Amino acid sequence: MHKEATIREPLVLGHKTFHQVTEDVCKPIEGKAPKTWYVLFAIAAIIGLYGVGCILYLLGTGIGTWGLNKTINWAWDITNFVWWVGIGHAGTLISAVLLLFRQKWRMAINRSAEAMTIFAVFMAGLFPLIHMGRIWVAYWVMPLPNQFGSLWPNFNSPLLWDVFAISTYLSVSLVFWYIGLIPDFATIRDRAKKPVAKKMYTMLSFGWSGRAKQWSRFEMISLILAGLATPLVFSVHSIVSFDFATSVIPGWHTTIFPPYFVAGAVFSGFAMVQTLMLVMRKAYRLEAYIHTKHIEYMNIVIMATGSIVGVAYLTELFVSWYSGVEYEAYAFINRATGPYWWAYWAMMTCNVVSPQLMWFKKLRTSLTFTFLIAIVVNIGMWFERFVIIGTTLHRDYLPSSWSMFYPTHIDIGIFVGTIGLFFVFFLLFTRYFPVLSLNEIKSILKSSGQSYKDGDAKTPAFSIEEQHLAEVKLSPSSSASTKASTQEVSSPSGADLEALVKGLGAADESQKDDLKELAGLGPAIENKLNEIGIYSFAQLAKLDTTADLSPLTTYLGSAGNQAKLEAWKIEAEEKLKNDNN
Amino acid sequence: MGSNVVFYAMYNDDDVLKDGAKKLVAKGVKVSEVFSPFPVHGIDPIIGIKETRLGIMSFLYGLTGLALALLGMWYIMISDWPMNIGGKPSFSFLENMLAFVPIGFEMTVLFAAHAMCITYFLANKTIPGMPAENPDPRTTDDRFVMELRLSENQKFSEKELEAMLMETGIVELDQKNIK
Repeated sequence: MHKEATIREPLVLGHKTFHQVTEDVCKPIEGKAPKTWYVLFAIAAIIGLYGVGCILYLLGTGIGTWGLNKTINWAWDITNFVWWVGIGHAGTLISAVLLLFRQKWRMAINRSAEAMTIFAVFMAGLFPLIHMGRIWVAYWVMPLPNQFGSLWPNFNSPLLWDVFAISTYLSVSLVFWYIGLIPDFATIRDRAKKPVAKKMYTMLSFGWSGRAKQWSRFEMISLILAGLATPLVFSVHSIVSFDFATSVIPGWHTTIFPPYFVAGAVFSGFAMVQTLMLVMRKAYRLEAYIHTKHIEYMNIVIMATGSIVGVAYLTELFVSWYSGVEYEAYAFINRATGPYWWAYWAMMTCNVVSPQLMWFKKLRTSLTFTFLIAIVVNIGMWFERFVIIGTTLHRDYLPSSWSMFYPTHIDIGIFVGTIGLFFVFFLLFTRYFPVLSLNEIKSILKSSGQSYKDGDAKTPAFSIEEQHLAEVKLSPSSSASTKASTQEVSSPSGADLEALVKGLGAADESQKDDLKELAGLGPAIENKLNEIGIYSFAQLAKLDTTADLSPLTTYLGSAGNQAKLEAWKIEAEEKLKNDNN
Repeated sequence: MGSNVVFYAMYNDDDVLKDGAKKLVAKGVKVSEVFSPFPVHGIDPIIGIKETRLGIMSFLYGLTGLALALLGMWYIMISDWPMNIGGKPSFSFLENMLAFVPIGFEMTVLFAAHAMCITYFLANKTIPGMPAENPDPRTTDDRFVMELRLSENQKFSEKELEAMLMETGIVELDQKNIK
């Protein structure tokens, strides 16, 4: 079993058992959705449908419905694309990179962060597709044999790399997410009562049975997929940045772009995760699983990546001056002081200044403040992309073609529409999918659960009814001794008891363990045991359950029968083993 | 009672099950399967499950993807239609190789990930529409079940196996006759 230092804060608060984890996660799926869910879903769906309408109009009419012009040939479309892809990075980072680093806190958030990733990448992929104009010939980006002879796509172009990077990223994230979901779908399947739900989850769970070999493969494939997804996630945003960096546009033509974009992506992705998690944990009552510590960890990531982004901004600025390239320098002066100065300073404030506030522990552990900063960062990162794309293009080498960008209502409609669609998907996800990774949470419950860390959890996790069951089941094998004890009730022998306790080894008050930690052992029995000289787990562990324990069972009365003593002995052995590790 | 008896011993704690399995195996009992709601670490060597070879497969799939990508790049960009970019030499694979790194990488990952997942599904027999085989619906919640087959434990009698299981801290014992 994995061990964790006791000074580390528990990851699962409260006294959760395996069953309670299942209950907490499955309840929202099995119950009726609250009214708020329907209201939110309706709003998101209306906005999403409006976006779809705008997209259809765009496809029917042409890219001219956007506010683009011959100078600004990329604006909101690519801004939105990069913004969504960036958001998509957090999910994979949480589930893959943090898995490789063995960060257990990721388990509370990875499922929903991955869902967020997939939906965000859907939204991102939409923009280059509709930007093609003639979406029905989108398959031309694939190297397919065709009637034009040797006509192939240009594999030297970062735009084509992007096609491969984004589609690989989307599909690999999707299987990574789904493979983790299968065992949890099986849990829901086995609990489902309604026939339709049962059928659906049977289908979704692929007949998962939880065999030891299946789990062994599951763990291996998770690890390998994490290993594959980690460089993948870095490659994707690096390639997105190549779209700009391999051009000869001043302000884009910089080698700092790949790392800067990746840091920015993680930064914005975590901000989106925070936005969603803070609402979800409240709405689904998951405060015990996603608590302040998780939020704080994510804030630290936001702070770190925000600082990298800040350094990148300043480096860019410095190099534009230091390079001595007039055009490069102008691009940056124009960003900060030109007609789009407000976008630049919005970006600077939101992305460089605001994450620095996270240095204060009070602020980064405040949920309201975190939510606020997360929203600010989301906005700031959208502005960053707009600054890089729009503000760089609007004044090119030729002052006669300088221009400004004004979004049309289609621009706005599609952007807002993708946000609507994103929430449609996310709300459906929270409604029908397990939002926490059940199997992973259960696997860390014993090492990182609060009650296990404090030591007041029952190991093995016997409940009262189960204790009863254990008695019933164990009775045949120990029938001889129970019979003996019932016979001896009339003559409780003090000497026998003394001898029995002596056999367990001597102990005094100073070696006292908290015997109440054992299942079904209350303060009354503890006192009774202490009175006859049983103070420690070591003594209980020495209990010879095959021998006649009748003096002890008689002494303890009905609260301490043979079955219970056996259970305590096992538990005590377990405790000793754990202490020695 | 023939040799087709299967015992399903249920535990409510993974560590108890693991200790129980250890004890049984030490006595020479063959544990044929363990069903659990989450991976029980360390159970594989106890019940004699070999380490999975998915990793090796994934590596081979990745190599296949890389080879295909490079072959495709060579054919499309060098052999079939050498592209002339600003008059720069474009006629050798090695000189152009750097531009093929991103695609080569993406294809490696694409093949390694997806082919491994397909292998995983087939090996696990987890395919849409497959019936679940866990003996008790609670094994996906909070119960751990150990499966013992009498046919694999010929040297013990049914009673002996039952008695041994009873000593391992079980909470329920189920017995089934299978054909």
